[in-house]
Amino acid sequence: MTEQENATAYWKTNLRYLGILLLIWFMVSYGCGILLVDQLNTISIGGAKLGFWFAQQGSIYVFVILIFIYVWLMNRLDRKHGLSEND
Amino acid sequence: MDVQAWTFLIVGITFALYIGIAIWARAGSTKEFYVAGGGVHPVANGMATAADWMSAASFISMAGIISFGGYDGSVYLMGWTGGYVLLALLLAPYLRKFGKFTVPDFIGDRYYSNTARTVAVICAIVVSFTYVAGQMRGVGLVFSRFLEVDINTGVYIGTAIVFFYAILGGMKGITYTQVAQFCVLIFAYMVPAIFISIKMTGNPIPQLGFLGEASGEGIALLDKLDGLHRDLGFAEYTDGSKSMIDVFAITFALMAGTAGLPHVIVRFFTVPKVKDARISAGWALLFIAILYTTAPAIAAFARTNLITTIQDTPYTELPGWFKKWEETALIAWVDKNEDGKINYAPGPPFEGKPEQVMVTDNSEDEGQLRGASDDHRRSSASQLDDSDYQSSSVFGEAKVAVGTYGQMLVANEPTDNPNEVYIDRDIMVLANPEIAQLPDWVIALVAAGGLAAALSTAAGLLLVISTAVSRDLMKMQIKPNMSDREELWWARGGAAAAVLVAAYFGVNPPGFVAATVALAFGLAAASFFPAIVLGIFDKRMNQQGAISGMVVGILLMFGYMAVFKLGWFVDEVPPGTDWWFGISPEGFGSVAMVVNLIVSMVISRMTPPPPVSVQEMVEHIRVPSGAGEAHDH
Repeated sequence: MTEQENATAYWKTNLRYLGILLLIWFMVSYGCGILLVDQLNTISIGGAKLGFWFAQQGSIYVFVILIFIYVWLMNRLDRKHGLSEND
Repeated sequence: MDVQAWTFLIVGITFALYIGIAIWARAGSTKEFYVAGGGVHPVANGMATAADWMSAASFISMAGIISFGGYDGSVYLMGWTGGYVLLALLLAPYLRKFGKFTVPDFIGDRYYSNTARTVAVICAIVVSFTYVAGQMRGVGLVFSRFLEVDINTGVYIGTAIVFFYAILGGMKGITYTQVAQFCVLIFAYMVPAIFISIKMTGNPIPQLGFLGEASGEGIALLDKLDGLHRDLGFAEYTDGSKSMIDVFAITFALMAGTAGLPHVIVRFFTVPKVKDARISAGWALLFIAILYTTAPAIAAFARTNLITTIQDTPYTELPGWFKKWEETALIAWVDKNEDGKINYAPGPPFEGKPEQVMVTDNSEDEGQLRGASDDHRRSSASQLDDSDYQSSSVFGEAKVAVGTYGQMLVANEPTDNPNEVYIDRDIMVLANPEIAQLPDWVIALVAAGGLAAALSTAAGLLLVISTAVSRDLMKMQIKPNMSDREELWWARGGAAAAVLVAAYFGVNPPGFVAATVALAFGLAAASFFPAIVLGIFDKRMNQQGAISGMVVGILLMFGYMAVFKLGWFVDEVPPGTDWWFGISPEGFGSVAMVVNLIVSMVISRMTPPPPVSVQEMVEHIRVPSGAGEAHDH
């Protein structure tokens, strides 16, 4: 694989990761917290309605987790393609 | 020791700490001044970013906004945190790899155009000044409420502190003071929150107490709150009253705006490597999430506590905090039905903000008059983003006129609805320690926390302004051959000028501040965010596309705001039913952003592709290896 092909493959995988992570990002906030909020509010989690909980708590927890998953995926990807800054 | 002594002590210690750090972290070069030498540890940068981001509004006003808005307040919670996901995934690592000092740097280089650079500089300055005026005002408000000094004196003290450490230390000084400020503000936010959570739900963790049962009642706290809202005729707390499309649009505009704010983006230039930029965004959001997941809990606790405490309670039996904050005109009561009891219901109790009735003659009838020695505290009775604030300092022996039950009388015209109480939303955080009967030092801590939040954000914004002047205008456009030393002087001079302008706006807040805070997010969403994202992810994007997209986006956003928020060009501010697609001015940034994207894409495909060197640069920033340090090519 040439350096160019390597970089292209790296970028493609990166875009796939972004697509998946941003889909989850969209689902927990705009999906569960806004668009589906009325449906989810029929379910309870602890003492809160689920849709409301996603809008005020759940989405934020997921956001934090998403970034740390992204960091882990990208560090792994950097190493796989020999593009890590430590190399 | 009383509250005031504690406040002087704690605020004094924190200020001494900030100044000490500033002296220790002096900047010796432009690189240190702009990006703290590029050697900040990712966790430290995460803390600094969190403090940079969380302003006086986050600290003092947000819980109150949620408290009064219920579900509607979710737009701020999701919008101001979800933006970090965009920042981490779409911007931070690539901008770090690009490796220069400012956002206009990137726009100017990527779009090989000084016109694009200048557009970016103007946007950065407008966005930052809009914000910073509110912060300086916030510093003044905290001072005046807690330390009983005049609000303008508070602005001057805050200015002096920021002046000192921003000019001396640049980004290096700001970064390490922000780390300290984060620790102060998060501690100050959490201590009262934990106590109130224990009081209301028996659970020491507010985020869990939020889901728990109201103490000793066998009913979930949120269900109880929904019930209270129904009884009083409010929309259910967990339901809200904004339309779904508006909630969607506002959340999106706040997210994209957050990711496009120059003072936040520039923080990611300060870490050593691309991978540090990624993880640093994670730390930043984690630290922010501590406050942002606590805020909705405080909001619900405070709302429940407020309603159960005041509703149907005779004025004479109200707890002390009600009367204390009544003196500052953050609470007011008009006994419309003359039964001596508080009746709380939807709608404003009277027109406008409370204007207390002052009696200037030295009547001997002390029974009908309450002392008004704390004029300046009353004069601070406005919200943080209050635009039409008028100083009401009164000299001499003026007293506040009181009614039959000892309540402070207001001059405002009462409305027709049954609601009798005016409650300023800032109360929810400011009065929390008293409502929960916490010791005096906790109240002092809240004051120090509010100051830390306001000062840290102000400093970050001022740095963006000074860099825009010294680097993006002087070095890159007017005087490219100047030495590093000379540029550093320009940077310091720019910071000094910016601090003074900010202080001026703090003392004389422009009438459009409240509107322009929303405008700042809308502008950032409609201009920077698409231009930067396309610059990284669309290699074919050229200067014609990007510039026309930014200009159209900004003008559209500005025009919509001017008409629908400020009522310019029309006879009066149009009602919500006239909004395009049912989207409020606050949410319109998302529409302007989409228009920007479409215009950029179409124009770029109709005009020649960018030069090969620029396409190579895009490929270069897409891979992390060889990031080097932030440097000057």
